[in-house]
Amino acid sequence: MTATSGTLRATRRSLGPAASIGIRLGVIIVALAVALAFLGPTQFLNALTRGAIYALVALGYTMVYGIIELINFAHGDVFMVGGFVSLTLLVNLFGASGAITEPVSLAITLIAVFVVAMAAMGLVGVIIERLAYRPLRNAPRLAPLLTAIGVSFILQNIIQLIYGPFQISVPQIFPTNAFVEIGGVRVALLAIFIVIVALTLMIGLELFVGRTRLGRAMRSTAANREAAALMGVNINRTIAVTFFIGSALAGAAGVIFGLYYGVAQFQLGFFAGLKAFTAAVLGGIGNTTGAALGGFIIGFIEVGASSVGLARWGPAVVFGVLVIVLVFRPTGLLGQQLGERA
Amino acid sequence: MSAVGGLGVQPRRFGGPRDRLDAFAGRHRSISLILGMALVGALLPLIVLLPPFNSFQGQASWVDGFTNAGVFVLLALGLNLVVGVAGLLDLGYAAFFAIGAYTYAYGASPFSGLEIPFWPMLLVGAFVAAVFGILLGAPTLRLRGDYLAIVTLGFGEIVPIVFLNSDTYTQGTNGIGGIYKPSILGYDFTLTNPWPFYIVMVALVALAMAFCYRLIESRLGRAWDAIREDELAAASNGINTVTAKLLAFALGASTAGIAGVFNASKLTLVSPDQFLFVVSFTVLAMVVLGGMGNVWGVAIGAFVIYTIQSVVLKQLNTFFDRTGIPILRDIDFIQLQFLLYGIALVAMMLFRPEGLFPNSRRKRELRARATAGDDALAVPAETAEGLE
Repeated sequence: MTATSGTLRATRRSLGPAASIGIRLGVIIVALAVALAFLGPTQFLNALTRGAIYALVALGYTMVYGIIELINFAHGDVFMVGGFVSLTLLVNLFGASGAITEPVSLAITLIAVFVVAMAAMGLVGVIIERLAYRPLRNAPRLAPLLTAIGVSFILQNIIQLIYGPFQISVPQIFPTNAFVEIGGVRVALLAIFIVIVALTLMIGLELFVGRTRLGRAMRSTAANREAAALMGVNINRTIAVTFFIGSALAGAAGVIFGLYYGVAQFQLGFFAGLKAFTAAVLGGIGNTTGAALGGFIIGFIEVGASSVGLARWGPAVVFGVLVIVLVFRPTGLLGQQLGERA
Repeated sequence: MSAVGGLGVQPRRFGGPRDRLDAFAGRHRSISLILGMALVGALLPLIVLLPPFNSFQGQASWVDGFTNAGVFVLLALGLNLVVGVAGLLDLGYAAFFAIGAYTYAYGASPFSGLEIPFWPMLLVGAFVAAVFGILLGAPTLRLRGDYLAIVTLGFGEIVPIVFLNSDTYTQGTNGIGGIYKPSILGYDFTLTNPWPFYIVMVALVALAMAFCYRLIESRLGRAWDAIREDELAAASNGINTVTAKLLAFALGASTAGIAGVFNASKLTLVSPDQFLFVVSFTVLAMVVLGGMGNVWGVAIGAFVIYTIQSVVLKQLNTFFDRTGIPILRDIDFIQLQFLLYGIALVAMMLFRPEGLFPNSRRKRELRARATAGDDALAVPAETAEGLE
């Protein structure tokens, strides 16, 4: 991640920034090397792509939580709907049925699908916030949590009504059999593409939150909503922008999921959301760098668990991680004190 | 006719039968509640013999349906203690239902070889579910309420997965079958006769309601009220919030455990797919629609919703199948129910957060805060419009 404030609520260690970043980078590199040795290159890439998806979804959880302290239960379903939007675009608009081998048309299609799906999901996020969360912003905490659950069910069932309850295959327009040789290891181009897209989006988010006027408005709203309002920040717009960005990232994750796994199903968002939320908690909820890191860690934990024969227990393993983090380090790896704050 | 009209005008004589009834109900709330439930339990099977209802299905099917509705009433009463009274959002409530059911399956089925009678197993199921409730609540109840929501959500998903994947102990997808049915004084319950199960269920619901009322009005119930309204203030006033929250969680779980034992003994089969997230969600919708915190409201909400979904929606399906109108025929109204629940949940929280049958205190609380909050935020947001 970049050197600028990586957090919605900036925390600074006493260590100098350069040294601190150096240590973190070192830890990450060592951890990646260990994971590579343990999993082997294929599973390593699998974990990396899966982690990228979780990380993108986790960012939305953590941003929304950071700014209005709401667990947006519908966020996993926004991710799922993003997958269906890309499916519809690919099949009905582009008439795609399989891999597109011609590079220029592949690039155009990919850009179009990402832009449209992200914009659409961003809008869906803003609409959800406007209709279901904003009226309850000052209601007892239980109320918006319940509407969030309701919205989650509404999204799932609308998709089920339109596309049916069964898994649908999404055309994998990015050739899955294209490889490059790196140091004698065949690496799928698709995996590289996905990781690059995810990292680009994350760095873009960091820059946006850290360097722009709206990003500063987001950080100040997260830190203290009343004070930010007194300083002239338009709270409603800032929160809407937060929802737009978070949901757009989930939409991008939905497109990536379709490209990589080639399927879509109306209940996919539920577990993905749970895992991504775990990632956000693991990284320290409210902290965008933490969410990205947590997403990759969860990806590795899950792939690691299935490589030691616990494939069917994947969700249980991730849930165990969530409980352990909550018991021993509720602030997460990079988070700030949230503990008993009511 | 004139006699009835006259009653309203005449000044009521003190000490008349109605006053004596009121006085009795005031002094012996639990007894009158149980008597009231007995009356309801006796009337329901008679009502369904009347015209609009008897056209749907026969009396035996109705009684059987009421028993199943009673399972959900029990679940809603238990979840109401957690969500409605103590204000803790439990999204994995079906897990405790499952734990109760599997406890009975282990206690009384050919699979385990044990044959413990049904009645003590009710208590065992309640106890085991409560233990799991405490195990789950202990790490999370120290944190903010939202974490509890997500941890219970995870727990509710994991429990069926555990039952599904540990084939050796649970027979996986097939579940544990051939569970023994209850018997009392040498009389054996059967699958074909719905009445004994119905009577037991009416008794269980009556007891659970009396229990809930007494609990809510106890010292612990007041502590829950205080925690729900302001946890910090409650803690400052000497309430041990962690213990009180754990107790709410454990008592709610134990109610689900009892419902699980009953359901397992009635179905004689437990399998992981009976306890998916939709069950937790359905019970939550029942509690919210009925009126969080209000025992009667929640019970009626659960009963009505279950009856609608199990009788009316099914009837709509068969009705439209018969008419053969293409679009309507293809709609599966039972599938649609969760969309309706979702919409109802959102609409309810936005427009009538206190539920259909509100608890008076809860209503004031939800209404007052919402309006006060709107005013507080409106000012700075508006003045800030052009500045940013």
